[in-house]
Amino acid sequence: MAAEAPPTSTPQHAAGPSGPNHGLRIFIVWLVLSLAADLVIWFVWGPHLPPGTMSSSASTQQFTIRVMAVMAAPVILLVLVYFGYSLVVWRARPEDEEDGPAIHGNTRIQAIWITLSSVIVLALFVFGTVTLYTSNGAGGGEGASPIQVPAGAKLQVQVIAQQWKFTYRYPQYGGFETTDLVLPTNTWVQFNVTSIDVIHSFWAYQLGVKADANPGVNNVAFTKINRTGLITVRCAELCGLWHGAMFDYGQAMTPAGFSTWARATEVRLASVTKQLPPYALTYDPTVVAQMSKAMVAAGLTGGAGLYYPPQDVLQP
Amino acid sequence: MSLPARISLLIVAFLAVVAVGVFVVVHYLLFNPPVVDYSSGVTANTGATVHVVMQEDPQNTVSSHPDWVSYFIQNPTTKAWEHTTLFSVPAGSRIDMTIYGFDGCTPLRNNYWGKVTGTIGNIVDVDGKPYSFINSWSGCNVGHTFSIPSINLNVPMASPGLIQSVKPGLCGTSPCEPGDPKAVPYRTMTFSFMTPHAAGVYFWQCRIPFGGGFLTGFGGPMQTIGFMTGNMMVES
Repeated sequence: MAAEAPPTSTPQHAAGPSGPNHGLRIFIVWLVLSLAADLVIWFVWGPHLPPGTMSSSASTQQFTIRVMAVMAAPVILLVLVYFGYSLVVWRARPEDEEDGPAIHGNTRIQAIWITLSSVIVLALFVFGTVTLYTSNGAGGGEGASPIQVPAGAKLQVQVIAQQWKFTYRYPQYGGFETTDLVLPTNTWVQFNVTSIDVIHSFWAYQLGVKADANPGVNNVAFTKINRTGLITVRCAELCGLWHGAMFDYGQAMTPAGFSTWARATEVRLASVTKQLPPYALTYDPTVVAQMSKAMVAAGLTGGAGLYYPPQDVLQP
Repeated sequence: MSLPARISLLIVAFLAVVAVGVFVVVHYLLFNPPVVDYSSGVTANTGATVHVVMQEDPQNTVSSHPDWVSYFIQNPTTKAWEHTTLFSVPAGSRIDMTIYGFDGCTPLRNNYWGKVTGTIGNIVDVDGKPYSFINSWSGCNVGHTFSIPSINLNVPMASPGLIQSVKPGLCGTSPCEPGDPKAVPYRTMTFSFMTPHAAGVYFWQCRIPFGGGFLTGFGGPMQTIGFMTGNMMVES
């Protein structure tokens, strides 16, 4: 009687020297899908990504999002392709109760993945830093002392947030204040964003500008508008009961049209401008001289010139 | 404690928690003051004139916050003053608004809002005299504002004068009754504006930070419907 032959079967997923090259298969599938995805992202989806291309800062943000998406897609696809390939090729067959091969350590793969991860992260770090610098804070405001100021003349526009409305002052046109946001194209605009009560956030969506509006703080943001059109302005910081209604619409027009509007508005509002405080980068209503006089005249001196007594625990 | 007693206690505790939840939802979250109806019997979008009457008081002695400043709206049918800031008006109509100002003064945080906008002619009549701007920083001139931001309406409400100099003092019981200004001092503001052609809810607010004791003066009555802010409900 012949001796029982030892089992010779090998696991189906353990490819021998003549088995399929799984790594090559996965790489080819991943490469094809990644190329297709990146081309679609860059050329088809990319031009429609928010916030559009109406201004320099908006264009920069859209470009950044496109770059990030193009970088992220291959990474996501590698995970998905490997996952899908594993499910199809390396799944356990019926009645296959054998353990898989013991795998431990693969220096080459580990080196590749650590190197690639490091390259991607460091490249994004450099890209993000350069983008933040060259786009003047990417529309998010750079505080009172910007590190990167665009060269040339700039239109100064002060954004004053208050519950629950934005008003705008134009210091180069006599400092008039209005509820209308009107801006010229092809001109650098410097937003000086502040608040006279609680914290708000000035978000001009199509311009890619979203700058914090905090009391006592001047937050500077730059942008250059490429074309005429409507601008949606919203408050992006919960600021009280009617925060949701704190929005309006601005208008980007040609430089000539803007100049005409600004000069006409300066004249029209001249009598009101006289009653406003001198233009300043921030306003503290508790120390505005005119207001204190009015409060003293009104007999409201209990707060020592403030709205409410300093000992009031809720007085900021 | 016996088992039935413990079960009963658990049930009672559970029901108590549910009752508290229901009370909070009904009393605080779903509660709204009444809507004063100025739209009944008026066809929308015909330019018809509707006369709305309101008043602003230094206090609200008919509420649970008697020290909160407050608006009241007059019921057009009963002529009674209602403790509410909600009113309905027809779309595409002319609103002739009368507001009696009984409260004292506080300067505007932003004097820009002393400018009258959105009314017909961009003026407000104060005791029959027209103004396009009331300077709240030059004296005790402004008590409140009536502002509907979405239609660019902003009207400063004149105050009856210095609090100390007003004799015999500001009205102390709400709602105040406009009558002899020498007996109870007040100002009468009248202005007109057109309602939008589209139906909708348009919130209105006061821009004077009169919420004493609250952050930047803009809490309490300033953010509570029924006191210094509310809705104009435009119906078509």
